[in-house]
Amino acid sequence: MKIYIPLDSAAKALGADDVAAAIRTETAARGIDATIIRNGTRGMIWLEPLVEIDTGEGRRAFGPVTVDDVPALLDGKLDSLGKVEDIPFFARQTRLTFARCGVIDPLDVADYEAHGGLAGLRRAIAMTPGDIVTEVTDSGLRGRGGAGFPTGIKWKTVMEAEATQKYIVCNADEGDSGTFADRMIMEGDPFTLIEGMVIAGLAVGATKGYVYLRSEYPDAINVMNAAVALAQKNGILGADILGSGRAFDMEIRVGAGAYVCGEETSLLNSLEGKRGVVRAKPPLPALEGFLGKPTVVNNVISLATVPVIFERGAQHYADFGTGRSRGTATLQIAGNIARGGLFETAFGITLDEIINDLGGGTASGRPVKAAQVGGPLGAYIPVSNFDAPLGYEELDARGGLLGHAGIVVFDDTADMLRMARFAMEFCAVESCGKCTPCRIGSVRGVETIDRIARGDAAAIPLLTDLCETMTEGSLCALGGFTPYPVMSALTHFPDDFARQQEAAE
Amino acid sequence: MQHPTPPPTDLEIEALIADHRHLEGPLLPILHAIQRAFGHIPQTAVPLIAVALNITKAEVHGVMSFYHDFREVPAGRHVVKICRAEACQSMGGTALAEGVLAELGVAWHGTTPNGNVTIEPVYCLGLCACAPAAMIDGKVVGRLDATRMSKLLKEAGA
Repeated sequence: MKIYIPLDSAAKALGADDVAAAIRTETAARGIDATIIRNGTRGMIWLEPLVEIDTGEGRRAFGPVTVDDVPALLDGKLDSLGKVEDIPFFARQTRLTFARCGVIDPLDVADYEAHGGLAGLRRAIAMTPGDIVTEVTDSGLRGRGGAGFPTGIKWKTVMEAEATQKYIVCNADEGDSGTFADRMIMEGDPFTLIEGMVIAGLAVGATKGYVYLRSEYPDAINVMNAAVALAQKNGILGADILGSGRAFDMEIRVGAGAYVCGEETSLLNSLEGKRGVVRAKPPLPALEGFLGKPTVVNNVISLATVPVIFERGAQHYADFGTGRSRGTATLQIAGNIARGGLFETAFGITLDEIINDLGGGTASGRPVKAAQVGGPLGAYIPVSNFDAPLGYEELDARGGLLGHAGIVVFDDTADMLRMARFAMEFCAVESCGKCTPCRIGSVRGVETIDRIARGDAAAIPLLTDLCETMTEGSLCALGGFTPYPVMSALTHFPDDFARQQEAAE
Repeated sequence: MQHPTPPPTDLEIEALIADHRHLEGPLLPILHAIQRAFGHIPQTAVPLIAVALNITKAEVHGVMSFYHDFREVPAGRHVVKICRAEACQSMGGTALAEGVLAELGVAWHGTTPNGNVTIEPVYCLGLCACAPAAMIDGKVVGRLDATRMSKLLKEAGA
């Protein structure tokens, strides 16, 4: 018998370690011959800890399982959810990037290979750098970190740059609230990220890679470090990748709690051991990146998607999606939601379908008020705009931004003035301090919103004006996009800003 | 974690620096190693790092003070990080955090008088689908409420 219990942080946060311990104790006491596998999560967080049992007739899921459920679980008396693949939330997904996540043992190279792992790398090894870059370009893959820049074009710039040393840097500084896709894939299928980075290295001629991983993710750090060591031992990394004679090696580097280091130039400074201050562009990191050398900086999901593109072909990937948003979006449904988790699907799905249909509405059972899409720098989208299809351009047209595809749902108790104030406060706490609109503007923003809260309506045009200055004058997205949540709250929920005024009078 | 005196010796610090100085961009790994070993980064480490990396003491200080993670003084025996970000707010995280601070009579970054618990804000633990969330000494907990939080704080000796 095989028993799968996730090691994912979200599952652990809901008691998976205790359930695993209880299952170990109980199976030992009963003399059951059970292999316990700590897999990644399937992404249905409301069912965690989700335990799967395979007695030779396929995996049957149970969840959420508590420690008290364990005897009944082993007696076969607990109600099963059936096969994970038949649960509607899962059945409606297109799993490409996350195909193996939750299925395999994350730290078992043979299991990884048995589920399609390394097929992409083997194909890439036989290709020229130019052909690898063309394949990525043809797939239509765009930066999943938020900016949506075409990955193939970035790789081409680095490939064509002349240098003694080039680097692949993976941005795993997933600081946006409502996002956890990077964490989930690093904990659940770390080899796919490693494989993606090796392919990137082959494409551009880089022999060294770094994953800049935030310190708030200790579990992901442990899994990634273990995976890198295993990859080195198995010849996936090192001086002779899979016997090709080509070299690529990588290290995991841990951040130190600065949100702004998710911005690529600030990340590079941090990686170099400096303050995580934003650099002016140009020069582009593709030409002068880590230690001044040509560097590919890609998000975890972008790099982790590369292997499946090479395994199944660029066209297969590009066949999914809408408009210029090709392939799949790895949506993270979070916040006040009945069924939250990771949902990978072709671009083009609407917010209404995600929140009300898949997500089952709010966890509190109250009406939905708004959803913040794209992290703390993303707009609050009112219910009236929930028909917007999710795509880079499509959301942009509605005054929003897709970002890292995190969706945080709020019920009608949310006070949007308070949320706007928090956006400014967060910007003030996390500003790197280099440019004035962000450093000073965010502090003035908090003060101005406090004036509005005290009933000073004259401060509203001031806030609008300040937001314009921050948008136009900031060096990076922190100061430049903080106005998105602030202005969307003000525009779509004016009552929350006026009600405070009446209360004060 | 609070660590007992005596303070770390220069020799101990220099050994940690030597372990990491061959890396490309060694400063953050060095600072993390020192903090992991001693619970904070003692002032005596600053000139040692500066000499080893051929940078100024001001530069070392500048980097240390830029990042939220690095401490100049030890924290309490247990560090409780409570998420303040939007997803946790949508599930009552703000009230939960304010309740903790009021219950313990500390402000953010404050330590209980008995030195057992330090409360820190954190902006997202990636547990946004099981909010509100917190992390106690690296162990994550989700779907918290006031009762459960109180229990965890008592276990930590707050």
